[in-house]
Amino acid sequence: MSNAFVSLTDLTLSYGQTVAVPDLNLDVLEGELIALLGPSGCGKTTTMRAIAGLLTPTSGRIVIDGLDVTRTPANKRGIGLVFQSYALFPHLSAFENVAFGLRLLKLPNAQVRARTEAGMATVGLTGFETRKPAEMSGGQQQRLALARSLVMEPKVLLLDEPLSNLDARLRLEMRNELQRVQKDTGITMVFVTHDQSEALALADRIVLMKDGKIEQLGTPAELYAKPATAFAADFMGFENIFRVEGSELVSHLGRLSVGYEAKVHMLAWRPSGVGVGTGPHTGRVISSSFAGGHREYVLNSPLGQIKADAPIETPEVPIGHEVAFDLPMATARSLAA
Amino acid sequence: MSRLTIWIILGATLTFLIGPFLIVIFAGMSAGEALAFPPQGLSLKWYAKVFTVESFQASFALSMFLAVFGTIAALLIGIPAAYALNRYDLPGSETIRTIVAAPIIVPGIIVGLALLRYFVVPLNVTITMALFVTHTALVLPYAVRVVSSSLNNLRADMEEAAVILGCTRLQAFTKVVLPNIRGGILAAFILGFVTSFNEVPASLFLSGPGVRTLPIDMLSYMEITFDPSVAALSALLAFMSVAIVFIAERLLGFSRYV
Ligand SMILES: Nc1ncnc2c1ncn2[C@@H]1O[C@H](COP(=O)(O)OP(=O)(O)OP(=O)(O)O)[C@@H](O)[C@H]1O
Ligand SMILES: [Mg+2]
Repeated sequence: MSNAFVSLTDLTLSYGQTVAVPDLNLDVLEGELIALLGPSGCGKTTTMRAIAGLLTPTSGRIVIDGLDVTRTPANKRGIGLVFQSYALFPHLSAFENVAFGLRLLKLPNAQVRARTEAGMATVGLTGFETRKPAEMSGGQQQRLALARSLVMEPKVLLLDEPLSNLDARLRLEMRNELQRVQKDTGITMVFVTHDQSEALALADRIVLMKDGKIEQLGTPAELYAKPATAFAADFMGFENIFRVEGSELVSHLGRLSVGYEAKVHMLAWRPSGVGVGTGPHTGRVISSSFAGGHREYVLNSPLGQIKADAPIETPEVPIGHEVAFDLPMATARSLAA
Repeated sequence: MSRLTIWIILGATLTFLIGPFLIVIFAGMSAGEALAFPPQGLSLKWYAKVFTVESFQASFALSMFLAVFGTIAALLIGIPAAYALNRYDLPGSETIRTIVAAPIIVPGIIVGLALLRYFVVPLNVTITMALFVTHTALVLPYAVRVVSSSLNNLRADMEEAAVILGCTRLQAFTKVVLPNIRGGILAAFILGFVTSFNEVPASLFLSGPGVRTLPIDMLSYMEITFDPSVAALSALLAFMSVAIVFIAERLLGFSRYV
């Protein structure tokens, strides 16, 4: 891509002899909000640390805004990083935390004050200037860490699981906050998460990672509707994934004849795509739970467990009872690998 | 155990801890001429006399000098050492840790003998210099330990945050690490000061004519004069130590670090 703002080329990152990220290629566009999504240990933090300059790549290149920064030290890259742990300075007041980087630039005092106050206002922390980080709530500390990075007007802002330490309500609040800040400032952001819904809600594009490699890259809509692999499908909520052999579905537990032939490697269904109550197959209910608008069943079938959601209007099938179900081709997602 | 047994054990422990202290205080308050307990009559004349003994003045000054500057020197070496041991996965850092702890384990008398034989005599260093080096070496392990334990409580990502915001590694250390381990450094200073001030075995080997630390001077004073002033002085020193630790505890919860 020609207008890549952050460009990682053949990047290999290792800890001693252990290669955490082998040969990564990724282009982030200017003003884009990109999410690194993946399970624990897949190399998200490692990738972030390399972009920030805290980890020197074993090989490969990092280009930011047209400059090769592969060997540029972290303090000269003009990048912001919000740590998962916030990493606020406990001995400094909220104001001084935010002003920290500006003071290093040796800006005139009035300017430091003005930019710090503006930064704190952006994240809604006006009035908290004299508090120490320890005297602030988790969400406030989070916003303080964000403000501390934002006032530096970084070319790229990296956020490592910025919302993971917050409770559900604050999480939503911060999500909106992040999105607003991003739209207001137009800053290029890369954020790490292992929460699929967070990535879908926030990102312009999602980079799904597995074992240090990119499994799939695309817009939230693309990833949600068209996961390309079993791993991606599983991450996007297709919880029923089976191999296809002729007109049969196959799992390691058994097989089930479905009566249609799909010329693909695998088929996957979301729980909402599985029909309950009618269909050619039967399964025994082993768990049933109310989930607001629908009821979540786990059925025991010849293929093993099948997760199925039924509309709340349909009568409940008690645990232990048999129920008909369907794995229709219409709601299936075809997977190549 | 019955309550009674517990009280007896507790009582005995306290007696052994505080008893000698009380004996020394009262022995120094004697009105008589010889060091004795219980004291013969009560007066503060020996407490007054302590301040007039010239050799005590000189040795007190030396001990103060050693305790203050020896500890500062130990901290100047110990803080970077603790930092390096804590932050970098150096080859053999476990060995270094053990070596650093050695002066705590090895009897001071051996340290003194070794330094005298292989450092002072062959290199012909002055006694003051020898004492300074020895006290620095003896305090160093405490400095490393106490500073290490407060570094352990300080997350490394704070420094990384400082670097990302534009600090050099050194600036990150002075602007973020140092202010956050201030309490540990002060605690290490006090512990080092008290250790150095009370040090006897190694200093015994290195003291020479006219250059003695206060505890050594008290020993030699007692060999000649057996009057209660030594008890008075001991009591004063004990009060000094207690006062320092008390103030430190009040200021920053000293016992958290030791
Ligand atoms: N300091 C380190 N030394 C050695 N190996 C490490 C180190 N840090 C991470 N790793 C390894 O590198 C791989 C990637 O780790 P990384 O921290 O990037 O994962 P992550 O995707 O951020 O996971 P999480 O979601 O749990 O934060 C893992 O296998 C991990 O064990
Ligand atoms: Mg991580």
